[in-house]
Amino acid sequence: MSDRIFGVIGLLLSVFYIWAALIIEESFLSDAVGPKAFPIIIACVLGLSSIVIALRPDPEPVWPPLGQLAEIAAAAVVMFLYSMLLPEIGFIFATILAATYLAWRLGSTLLGSVLTGLGTSIGIYVIFHLVLGLSLARGPFGF
Amino acid sequence: MDTLSSLADGFAIAITWENMLLALLGCFLGTIMGALPGLGPSNGVAILIPLAFTLGLGATPSLILLTSVYYGAMYGGRISSILLNIPGDEPAMMTCLDGYPMAQKGQAGEALAISGIASFVGSFFATWGLIFLAPQLVKIALLFGPAEYFALFALAFATLGGVSSTNQAKSAFAAALGLGLAMIGVDTQTGVPRFTFGEVHLYDGLDFLVAIVGLFALSEVFIFLEHRHGNADAAKKAVVIGRLTPPMSMIKQCTPTMLRATFLGFLAGVLPGAGASLGSFISYSMEKKLVDKGTFGKGDPRGVAAPEAGNNAAAGGALVPMLALGVPGSGTTAVLLAVLLSLNITPGPLLFTQNPDVVWGLIAALFIANFMLLAMNIPMVGLFTRILMVPPKVLMPIVAMVSFVGIYGISGSTFDLQVMIGFGLLGWVLRKFDVPLVPIILGTLLGNAMESNMRRAITIDNGDWWTLVDSPLALTLWAIAIIGFILPVLVGKVIKSKMRRDDESSLSD
Repeated sequence: MSDRIFGVIGLLLSVFYIWAALIIEESFLSDAVGPKAFPIIIACVLGLSSIVIALRPDPEPVWPPLGQLAEIAAAAVVMFLYSMLLPEIGFIFATILAATYLAWRLGSTLLGSVLTGLGTSIGIYVIFHLVLGLSLARGPFGF
Repeated sequence: MDTLSSLADGFAIAITWENMLLALLGCFLGTIMGALPGLGPSNGVAILIPLAFTLGLGATPSLILLTSVYYGAMYGGRISSILLNIPGDEPAMMTCLDGYPMAQKGQAGEALAISGIASFVGSFFATWGLIFLAPQLVKIALLFGPAEYFALFALAFATLGGVSSTNQAKSAFAAALGLGLAMIGVDTQTGVPRFTFGEVHLYDGLDFLVAIVGLFALSEVFIFLEHRHGNADAAKKAVVIGRLTPPMSMIKQCTPTMLRATFLGFLAGVLPGAGASLGSFISYSMEKKLVDKGTFGKGDPRGVAAPEAGNNAAAGGALVPMLALGVPGSGTTAVLLAVLLSLNITPGPLLFTQNPDVVWGLIAALFIANFMLLAMNIPMVGLFTRILMVPPKVLMPIVAMVSFVGIYGISGSTFDLQVMIGFGLLGWVLRKFDVPLVPIILGTLLGNAMESNMRRAITIDNGDWWTLVDSPLALTLWAIAIIGFILPVLVGKVIKSKMRRDDESSLSD
């Protein structure tokens, strides 16, 4: 069933892609093919393969229980927040928070995850910024 | 002899303090990444590209660093196969079959040593193969026009799934998805924006590094989050390593095996759609047919030497089409292609004439890396086995954060980080559906080159689409592409199930 849904979504994606290709505004200076042809060919391949996937589905993948899905969603949200906070509070603090969270959710103890977070953040800062001179996000305190 | 003098020039370029240090660092990091389950060669190289890039290394030094990682990962994959019966990366799967039984018999050290030697033999001779074969391929490639290149790209996509692919529809889906993503941004030929929906950040197109790191590295983090109650916390028991020097008789016994496996592996690496996994698989099966007297699968050293020589030879072989044609044949070489492209170097026939320093410096570095790896992998193997004990709950946050640092270092843009997270989630979902990720990467890398070759070919011929199939060379390429795409539909299931059966039969012992 999953594969059938996947195929239908793929098909919709290809239809959307063709529509988006058709509304590309052509420039008055164009080559013989133009900017639309290749994307439309690709969308056709995408659509055809989606139809095949939907018609001949593979065995059902093992979906994780809802809790595990929420786990992944939560991690994505934390990473997203991380990307927003990075320029605001600086690399060190943002990274401690994100790495601690990930370590905790991957099964570390509370103390262990705080140590992992601190170690990761400061380790990366020392190696990449102080030793190698990579520019990292600066926070209000300059780090 | 032209080749040898170029090679000597290459050594002159490669032997500087900076390059040697980078090679050493690359070998070390590569071995670790290959050894850690969950971080394969593609992941390893993918995480390090943005770093090499932001550190402002030149073209040759960054290539030296990253190909050392690539070779190192190929060496490293065997360590966890032998000690833990968990392949560190996919090509090392076959090494479990005889490596783990050897470890259980208390011969772990000998297994590690003989596989290290086999890896060395495989990649050493494959690098020689690369030196002699690549310039020949360049001669053919110089005959290619835009239409032939378009066909060649199609061939690469059609065969990328490999002979062991079980669902070609999903490979095609992945390739189309990647190509579709590459179309986002301003069209290079007419200057009109495509698929940007007014988002200014998208005008430059999606950075393929963002896609690569997201799909490979971040999706791995999600996979571990999902399985954290399962194998992530699997107890690892210490294995007695034993003596690290194999007896002479064992080396002697394995020599013919290594040489045969090297030849087969190299061939598998050069051919489109085969790659290192298949290289180690066919090497092992051939040896089993040739010399097995009932000892294979129970800890026969030849069963360790064959797949290791095979996969390392394939790794070298896979560099041939990547350097000579600019069309990678495997996942990791696709990632290496990304390195070249982001350094503004276009691989392909012209690379050998325009940037001979890059090519030959790289090849010389491969030789140097090989010797370093041999030296590192035999006496220092104990160090790597200790690193193996780092649990994923510590490792994965580091991987995630290093990925973020790398991408942020390139662009300093929050938007890119968010796109990367999106790719991470996409990669997780697609892995669940068994959709291969490599064609997506290759699509985002080659999409624009493929399109512009097609448009150039047709424009040269005044808008005649038949020009794409007009020359014997192009027709041949199309024919190979079609056969390569259809063949797995017929035989893929058989080969895949055979690979699995071999694997399972060893686990049940």
